[in-house]
Amino acid sequence: MPVNRREFLVVSAAAGGALVVTAGGACVPRTSTRSPRVAGRTTAPARTSSRHSLHPLLELHGDGTAVVLSVKSEMGQGILTALPMLLAEELDLDWSAVRVERERFDPALGSGGTTASISVFLNWKVYREAGALVRHLLVAAAAKAWSAAPEQCRTERGAVIHRDGRRLGYGELAAQAASMKRPRGPIPLKSPAEFRLIGRPLRRIDTPDKVSGAAGFGIDVQVPGMLVATVLRPPVHGATLATVDDRAARAVPGVEHVVRIERGVAVVARDTWSALQGRERLSVTWNEGAKARLDSAGIAEQLRRELRRPGHRVKREGDPAAALARAAKRVEATYEFPFVAHATMEPMNCTAHVEADRCTLWAPTQTPGWNRTTAARITGLPEDRIIVHRTFLGGGFGRRSQEDFVAEAVEVSRAVRRPVKVVWTRTDDLQHDFYRPTFHHRVRGGIDAAGAPLALDHRLVGPSVVAWWAGSGSDPPDKVDDISIAGAERTLYRFPHFNVETRIVETGVPVGIWRSIGNSYTTFVGETFIDELAAAAGRDPVRYRLDNLRDAPRVRAVLELAADKAGWSRPPPAGRHRGVAVFAEDEEGYSVQVAQVAEISVDGGGDARGGGDGGRGERRIRVHRVVCAIDCGIAVNPNIIAAQMEGGIAFGLSAALKERITLARGRVVEANFDSYRLLRLNEMPEVEVHIVPSQAHPGGVGEKAVSVIAPAVANAVFAATGVRLRSLPLRLA
Amino acid sequence: MTRLSIVVNQEPREIDADPEMPLLWALRDLLALTGTKFGCGEGFCGACTVHLDGAAVRSCQTTLGDASGRSVTTIEGLVGGPAERVRRSWIAEDVPQCGYCQPGQIMSAAALLAATPAPSDEEIDRAMKGNLCRCGTYHRIRRAVRRAARGA
Repeated sequence: MPVNRREFLVVSAAAGGALVVTAGGACVPRTSTRSPRVAGRTTAPARTSSRHSLHPLLELHGDGTAVVLSVKSEMGQGILTALPMLLAEELDLDWSAVRVERERFDPALGSGGTTASISVFLNWKVYREAGALVRHLLVAAAAKAWSAAPEQCRTERGAVIHRDGRRLGYGELAAQAASMKRPRGPIPLKSPAEFRLIGRPLRRIDTPDKVSGAAGFGIDVQVPGMLVATVLRPPVHGATLATVDDRAARAVPGVEHVVRIERGVAVVARDTWSALQGRERLSVTWNEGAKARLDSAGIAEQLRRELRRPGHRVKREGDPAAALARAAKRVEATYEFPFVAHATMEPMNCTAHVEADRCTLWAPTQTPGWNRTTAARITGLPEDRIIVHRTFLGGGFGRRSQEDFVAEAVEVSRAVRRPVKVVWTRTDDLQHDFYRPTFHHRVRGGIDAAGAPLALDHRLVGPSVVAWWAGSGSDPPDKVDDISIAGAERTLYRFPHFNVETRIVETGVPVGIWRSIGNSYTTFVGETFIDELAAAAGRDPVRYRLDNLRDAPRVRAVLELAADKAGWSRPPPAGRHRGVAVFAEDEEGYSVQVAQVAEISVDGGGDARGGGDGGRGERRIRVHRVVCAIDCGIAVNPNIIAAQMEGGIAFGLSAALKERITLARGRVVEANFDSYRLLRLNEMPEVEVHIVPSQAHPGGVGEKAVSVIAPAVANAVFAATGVRLRSLPLRLA
Repeated sequence: MTRLSIVVNQEPREIDADPEMPLLWALRDLLALTGTKFGCGEGFCGACTVHLDGAAVRSCQTTLGDASGRSVTTIEGLVGGPAERVRRSWIAEDVPQCGYCQPGQIMSAAALLAATPAPSDEEIDRAMKGNLCRCGTYHRIRRAVRRAARGA
């Protein structure tokens, strides 16, 4: 049921001549209009229908300062800047007087779940409506003070200005405005032509604190009386403790407690170093269980077996089998994608303080609402006695939507009755992740005598992230996990015959969402396969795509723009080769399209620098330049959009060239950044971002560049070498 | 437990601790200087970079004993010409995303420019490739270092 958000927003006066806007109406706003597939990974349903907010969405102070609450977590994507911009736009605030409140989490304003690149999409209206409502009240208050008509007043940069030149600052008007009568009926919002802030490349609001070192991440939390814990977790997932000898650990100076928790043994100390020293001295044996037999080769074999079996239908149009039989040319290809880790630069951590009547969390979290549920379950306290403070997140990428690191802190604090910060090491982080799933694909495609796409038959198998999702309350999928195969259900191109089928293959390895999730492999498959068909048809890859796109003018525009800016019609510089790829998502009003052209070189064996990490003699792929075009609807902050494209390309390129998690004897082999290698600065291409002007509803950007770069690079490798690489990370023998 | 004397951000400090404790944890847990970040603990990521007598070092690979009697500068105490130019350039290019690796990046960049005021692109690559950034701000880091070298 849609909700009138203006009734949901309550305006009142506060101490010091301030005006505050809180959530307190009859119902929490419906935060998503998207399909359950997307909404399900975003917002837990509100449990009660009438709840007053704990924290204001906006505080307008007597000195004119405006404090805007971010309902979403900041993990680098720039939401602390984008959301206040929306409100400040409609309120005509002076941007230099805007502050943002990051820490307070208010369940009355939604679950706070920050995933799937939808924070601006979901909040585009509510923040602007709050701004417009307060602006209306401020104008009314000024008009009253001047005995003038509101129509004689306008607003600009934090002040109401009368036609005759009189002006009153918002701070002076705030208290009076709080008592003005709310308008009946809707308040009009600005048209894009009236925007003063939206569309400007404003610098991020959090940059100064991140440059000075003052920004507070979860791992930086210091609470009076706090202890620090490290947890010894099982070497094999699901293994249980057999014996523990903690005498040596307890003898380490600074160690105060050793406690057993659900997942292992926690060493609790006065400082991190002592806790780590203590953990090293634990003597523990495990009942490792059946998963101790898992290894990467066996899992790959399991997926190859499953790939030979028919899957469950995702989509079927036409008759692909018959069409393939009569195709002028056929292409068949299989693809294999490894498990990969999130490897946020800030290792997992959480601080908890469990008391008799409450539990307080300080968490770098993407899912504060689920964290409350988790803490309530462990402590037995009602959810409204769980207080969540949201810190800055040193990266998220989906990892911080899991509950495990929060649960550990709650368990340890409950056991020792003190505030406790549980800190993970890098090895803990890499070896106890919920990995991006491994997936295998088989694609059969054909073109007709004229070279046009005729049929595409796509089968993909791999584990389900939803099946591993703790805390969400979502049911495990029956036959098809839409999130894990995201992107496979559609094709950008006109295939009259189109079949997609899938099978969930439980491997025993924990999996979870990872920046762009299913798209990170389905875009690779779709965009390298269309390249193969273009080659089979003897056509230029860009021209072939343009000629065979489904009716999608916005996709066409980004592809043309990227090709044009990359100089596609001219040959690349000597020794360089180009590849192109496109990503588009368009459903229920959420529409984003990205095209990239990668320019690469392939070094011969020998001593060539950069590129992959392969052995001697391996040819190395070096990416020099990436031209990226994006249409994400109205570009709220082009500076941040460009940063997300640059960063998404780096993230995707890191996985394309380097990343792979391997298992041996049930254990994750990679233990630190020497074995789990990430893209480094010397491997970063020059990136050029072009944003298509648009007046469409804003979509999202955070994960949208990620999946495009790998196929663009693989297609460039084909242009360079004639070799089709169909597995990640890309390796040229 | 040993009493150790270290100058931290130009202030003499006495610390009672195990001399084997990495400087990283002493700064963060004992002196509450949390701008220096823990990233990998083994010298692979650069998040914990500080200056020891002016040179960039990984504080996770430097023990308190190593630092004893010497001068440590952390992001909180980073001052002076090159450092100010680096900070201004970082803001001008709006480099940080999540921001977690940025103190280490800035410490590495400031040390580079103090030693090499006009680095080539190759010198920038060499000095900065030890600092990982998972958000992928490398593109802007390069621009910011070049800008700082030009005088911001």
